Amino acid sequence: MPSERKLRIKTLVMVFALVICANIGDLTLKRGMTEIGAVDLSAAGLAHSLWLSMTNAKIWIGIFFLVGFMASYMTVLSWADYSYVMPVGAFGYAMLTFFAVVVLHEHVSPRRWIGVLVVCFGVLLVGMTKPRTTETQTLDKAA
Amino acid sequence: MTATIILLGLLICGSTGGEISIAHGMKTIGEPAALRPKALLRFLGRALRSGSLWIGIGLMAVSFYSLLVLLSWHPVSFVIPASALSSVVGTLGAKYILREQISRARWAGVLLVCGGVALVAGG
Repeated sequence: MPSERKLRIKTLVMVFALVICANIGDLTLKRGMTEIGAVDLSAAGLAHSLWLSMTNAKIWIGIFFLVGFMASYMTVLSWADYSYVMPVGAFGYAMLTFFAVVVLHEHVSPRRWIGVLVVCFGVLLVGMTKPRTTETQTLDKAA
Repeated sequence: MTATIILLGLLICGSTGGEISIAHGMKTIGEPAALRPKALLRFLGRALRSGSLWIGIGLMAVSFYSLLVLLSWHPVSFVIPASALSSVVGTLGAKYILREQISRARWAGVLLVCGGVALVAGG
């Protein structure tokens, strides 16, 4: 059915966008916090870290991508099943492992590679099911 | 041990409860009429006025703080694989609270993802 195919493509594109936003956001925040250094848990230390984080461009870029993640997540849940989006979104684990090898040149254990393969197979299986099994309405009709 | 089990329960129930609450709120609002900036901004504006969204964010905050405390007590190789159970709890919530139809293929996929995440995080 063309409309179901359209729905599946729209959902998978949105899930891909949220996974990319979440991964870039996490990685950029991590790099920003590494630049700031370990946070001292005293009042003065916390205030100093807060000031440093507010003036760090990487932190703001990370927050921007995490806001993008949240917006994509909320949008896709307005039409697709939660039980579809949640496991398909786990594809992010596989993507993070790929980034860790290609970008950060980290060593990944065989056990982790097996885990990535199992996640990908699970995502493929869920991805083949219907993205929506409940009734939804469009915002114009709901308003 | 009891405190760890309680916090794991808060971590799993907080994250899945939060996500289910957000999903319920977004379904109630309805999907955007089009994937264009104006329609998306209108959708997000309505979403921010949804009580379910803020309940969901509150529950996810509880889950996040439980995660931080657990990580201060136990290694990440224990905490993250244990929290992978949230996929299964979330699917049960989707079935009984959101009334979604979970086919056998979707259940099999969820269980594989759950096991795979545990392997990735524990490896």
